[in-house]
Amino acid sequence: MPQALKLRPQRTLSRREALAGGFGVLCSTLLATPGRPSQSALITEAVAPGIHIRRGVDADASFANGNAIANGGFVVGRNCVAVVDPGGSLDDGQRLRARIREVTRLPIRYVLMSHVHPDHIFGAGAFAQDRPQFVGHGRLPNAMAQRGEYYQRGLDAILGKGKSGPLVMPTRVVTERDQIDLGDRTLLLTAHGVAHSDCDLSVFDPATATLLPADLLFVERVPSLDGRLKGWQNELTGLKAIPAKRAVPGHGPVRVSWPAGARDLDRYLDVLLRETRAAVKQGMDISAAVASVGRSERGKWKLFDDYQGHNVTQAFKELEWE
Amino acid sequence: MGMKRVLPMALMLIVGWTANAAQTAPALDDEEADRAARWKDLQHALFGDRPVRDGSAWMGIDAPARALDAALVPVNLTVQGGTPIKGIYLVIDNNPGPLAGHFTFGPQADPHSLKLRVRVNAYTYIHAVAETRDDQLYAVARFVKAAGGCSAPAAGDAQQALQDLGHIKVRFMQPFVPGKPMQAQMMIRHPNFNGMQMDQTTRLYTPAMFIRTIDVSYNGAQVLHLDSDISLSSDPVINFGFIPPQKGQLKVSVRDTQDATFGQSFDVPAPAG
Repeated sequence: MPQALKLRPQRTLSRREALAGGFGVLCSTLLATPGRPSQSALITEAVAPGIHIRRGVDADASFANGNAIANGGFVVGRNCVAVVDPGGSLDDGQRLRARIREVTRLPIRYVLMSHVHPDHIFGAGAFAQDRPQFVGHGRLPNAMAQRGEYYQRGLDAILGKGKSGPLVMPTRVVTERDQIDLGDRTLLLTAHGVAHSDCDLSVFDPATATLLPADLLFVERVPSLDGRLKGWQNELTGLKAIPAKRAVPGHGPVRVSWPAGARDLDRYLDVLLRETRAAVKQGMDISAAVASVGRSERGKWKLFDDYQGHNVTQAFKELEWE
Repeated sequence: MGMKRVLPMALMLIVGWTANAAQTAPALDDEEADRAARWKDLQHALFGDRPVRDGSAWMGIDAPARALDAALVPVNLTVQGGTPIKGIYLVIDNNPGPLAGHFTFGPQADPHSLKLRVRVNAYTYIHAVAETRDDQLYAVARFVKAAGGCSAPAAGDAQQALQDLGHIKVRFMQPFVPGKPMQAQMMIRHPNFNGMQMDQTTRLYTPAMFIRTIDVSYNGAQVLHLDSDISLSSDPVINFGFIPPQKGQLKVSVRDTQDATFGQSFDVPAPAG
């Protein structure tokens, strides 16, 4: 039963989500009731024995998608369950929890929070009742202190007041490496240097040779840079050396082979580095760099136009100090 | 004004949301009227009853119509022709501290081009006002859609700015020719905390700590003086022009709100390599 594969075709899911969202607008306007059926289990795919991942939609947060836009799920061990990113909103977390309860009655002892971005951690409140350890990078508490409320306001503005979910601070932090024991398997946790963000935590499950790098790995959806470009390349090099057969991207398909699945991201970061560096060297200003850097990547990524300018701006700020 | 907090939405920092949330709110007529009234108030506050004329025949202001990062909005100012310029005011109408900077030019300046990066807190006009040597005021404006740039939390790599606090770099964008205008870019490591970022743990605002003044001189003669305020982006980068009559040294001096001073001199022409 845990291995049951219940992947719904993407198009059906989006349409259903869209309908639910449309209905939600009506409901919340007229009746002030939640538009999306809470507690209904979300759909996950078993990417490896005991590892169940929900495919996030390749879109930005909206009322219709409830910020269920990142990949995330859970790992079932012999003794207990670890959540690997609790979701993008309280409701998303509750639906993940409902899904876990369809699969197993084992206690949920760990909620791993991959980094500070809201699409990965705002579902944490759904698991407070389980009294798990909330585990994050050593810099996550500070990042959440600086940004948590800001994200909450932004997300509330999209989902409706109070819908984003509570800010759940980590109760256990990882400064370099750590591990958690689920009984028959031990998950290895790594706190990374500044890369995609300043608080990326990756998970490796040696038992199934599965790597869960969260947003250190983007596939199909354009990467977003909120840390340090050269740092990301470094961390990716390290991750590629891990003896994993497959990886679970933070965005994109729920499973890619490893390290082949990092190829597009590698190329993207390399183009961003080379072309931004050249722009700085030529004395281009940021606006000119934004208009010219990385155009060869356009058409290769979803949401490219929404993020490219921001990524170039971040890269430029970093590289102009070289 | 002051420490008023706003709803920041459009700052695209993350996977999660883009500027979509800010794509509503077209510039309706009454909003335009409000904006015109605001500019009138600001004009009065800054310049009293002095007339401010349209400078668009010979001045230019460029900024992205929709900012990609509200905490870092590049603004380029240009002045054409030979009108002698005493200084330029940069006003971000709807920012908590609207006067983002006041540049005054010294004898070694070439005021024809200025580039800087600012924080923008709400949809706003940005005005550049040039003051001529005969005390006339001329303005140009540009509307920028951005929000949340002032209260936005520090970027993911923010600790770098504190680690290297006060580090200054200067790049010369053209080869040195004695007596000919030359563009330079100065970069200053400074977080420029404006006092509007809240630490949610302590419920306190990160204390303001930002650059107050920047002075640039060439062989002791003034190039420019900048009185700045909370709207300059962190790690400020400013491009400006100067006229080096002969080989010498460009000196940059910075003072912040804690009265910390940072300074460095740079050889012109820059040493090879």
